[in-house]
Amino acid sequence: MINEKTLDKLKILSDAAKYDVSCASSGTTRRPVKDGIGTAAGWGICHSFTPDGRCVSLFKILMTNHCIYDCAYCINRRSNDVKRTAFTPEELADLTIEFYRRNYIEGLFLSSGIIRNPDYTMEQMLRVVKLLRDVHRFNGYIHMKSIPGASQELVAQAGLYADRMSVNLEIPSEGNLKLLAPEKDYGSVFAPMRYIQQGMLESAEDRKKFRSAPRFVPAGQSTQVIIGATPDNDKQILTLASHLYKRPSFKRVYYSGYIPINKSDSRLPVLAHPPLVRENRLYQADWLLRFYQFSVNEIVDDTHPDLDLDIDPKMGWALRHPEAFPIDINTAPYELILRIPGIGVKSAKLIVASRRYGRLNFSQLKKIGVVMKRAQYFIACRDLPMQTVNELKPEYVRRKVARQRGKKESDLLQLSFDWGE
Amino acid sequence: MLIILIIFTYDKTFDGLLSCVFFAYEQKIFPDSILAEDGQKPLFVDASYHVVTEKEKAVRVWKSLEKKLSRFARNMMLSVWLSELPETEMLLFRYIRKNTDHPKGIEMNFGDDDVLRIKDIALKVGTDARKLIQFVRFQETADGIYFAPVTPSYNVLSLIVPHFKARYADQPWIIYDTRRNTGLYYDRRSVTEISFSPQTLSELRLGILDKEKVSEEEALFQQLWKEYFRSITIKERLNPKVQRAHMPRRYWKYLTELQ
Repeated sequence: MINEKTLDKLKILSDAAKYDVSCASSGTTRRPVKDGIGTAAGWGICHSFTPDGRCVSLFKILMTNHCIYDCAYCINRRSNDVKRTAFTPEELADLTIEFYRRNYIEGLFLSSGIIRNPDYTMEQMLRVVKLLRDVHRFNGYIHMKSIPGASQELVAQAGLYADRMSVNLEIPSEGNLKLLAPEKDYGSVFAPMRYIQQGMLESAEDRKKFRSAPRFVPAGQSTQVIIGATPDNDKQILTLASHLYKRPSFKRVYYSGYIPINKSDSRLPVLAHPPLVRENRLYQADWLLRFYQFSVNEIVDDTHPDLDLDIDPKMGWALRHPEAFPIDINTAPYELILRIPGIGVKSAKLIVASRRYGRLNFSQLKKIGVVMKRAQYFIACRDLPMQTVNELKPEYVRRKVARQRGKKESDLLQLSFDWGE
Repeated sequence: MLIILIIFTYDKTFDGLLSCVFFAYEQKIFPDSILAEDGQKPLFVDASYHVVTEKEKAVRVWKSLEKKLSRFARNMMLSVWLSELPETEMLLFRYIRKNTDHPKGIEMNFGDDDVLRIKDIALKVGTDARKLIQFVRFQETADGIYFAPVTPSYNVLSLIVPHFKARYADQPWIIYDTRRNTGLYYDRRSVTEISFSPQTLSELRLGILDKEKVSEEEALFQQLWKEYFRSITIKERLNPKVQRAHMPRRYWKYLTELQ
């Protein structure tokens, strides 16, 4: 079944799958089943890290790289002259199991180019996950792409097998999507998102009545947008993301810095490097939306439609609002402490728990994990006689904390970039 | 100034350490240092007491901690114990004492150095166990056992048993700590502790099993995995610093994809 030919297919179909950023394997717990193999831990487990610093959690692979569409940004587009191949469902299921047994992976992330039509493609993918779950009794994590344009019935079937499903928006505005992918529109992308959500809500309802009712995409859905391939600004992107997060089924929006794969296409910009710093700032802003109780218009607005590349978005907000500071670490509520640059969710929680035993001082804050280099301008604390952002002025603080342009982008990424969840 | 140095000696078990706590409160004598009975003693000792381990007394101390500390905090104490760091005994002793003497316990007071240190060590031990769960690489042997050599920083094998037992319930496996020369063997029913002869051990330390010792298909799957690892990398965004931050060099030796 698996032989030397598999090696060639694997090379082509993993290479073609790598531009999908998502690799998360979290958000759901699967207890072991009798005579089965596999569990899901609830926390995402990264089994390796490639030289680009990305986590390898799931076996990320395409069913095939044949495609009937011709999207400008995609390596698998119809008009590209690349080697085409396809896995059989049996081959792919076997490979997944063998990789899993060796603790290489948490599970499978299955995607595909579109062959014949969306429904046919979806059926092929369904065969793989059915083989895994029903024949191999595989109980690990499965992330499945829903093909834009696939019927509701097929999505409803897939949702019973997958832990997470996703449909990629790819381009953050419909006009630009039409320009780059003439065969697609937002309707064909939003329809499967709706099907997934509908399935999840129905399953949640059923499970209230019968505990044994099947789970439907228990880890929710996610999507991806490409950054820098179109002139869409950060305000548009973050507004889109925050609308998606309002839906109960949405767990993640991934931002993928555009890598010029199809260099000769005049509809796409010429970039020397992928916009990695911007991508990182967007993830930081995304974190502010999800974990720091910020709203989009606090992060970007009409006067500042793009994120500042030299300082993180929380610092950006703080410098635009010096009147909100200093914040007294020993009395302020948790939500306000979260607003201080240099203080994350973890240290904010430790501060709130510890100050009940007595006032906290500078050295204790440092030990707890507060980044004083950034926080010092914004807090009032017993033994900190120093000047705050109000005396020093925001411009001065900005110079002190800004990213040094000489430094390599990779140094910045190391500080706060997190691919997991 | 008069400095009196008091030491306790004990049998280097967790129950023994709890017995030391019982002894201290019973005799109202509090040690400056707690040492293994067969270990080296400091030069100037004013008083030395040997504490005999008694299960009932250890249980009584633990029960009293259950009233003050959450399960989370008690698990952190056990993790600190597994770290086997030289400071372990006195750190745990002070932690127990502070919680015992405070009416409500000081579990959440991270302004206290000992509370913070307990949290930090427990975090390190937890990370070490998690890294094992991430980076264990099994090779299928000719007799169908999935074998993985490992070298954790702390003695954390016991912490990962539930995970591997549940996940790979239908396959026999061995996870072997080549530094401490001790391992776990799962035979599809239960997990037992094993250890190999020094000669076998030196072979295992190489990380790659001999061709005649692995199953027929093993080499092919290793090759497939290496190929996958290579082609999933995006060359335009190389960032080896981040790779090493998440996956430090010391794990690379036993990682199939980097061998």
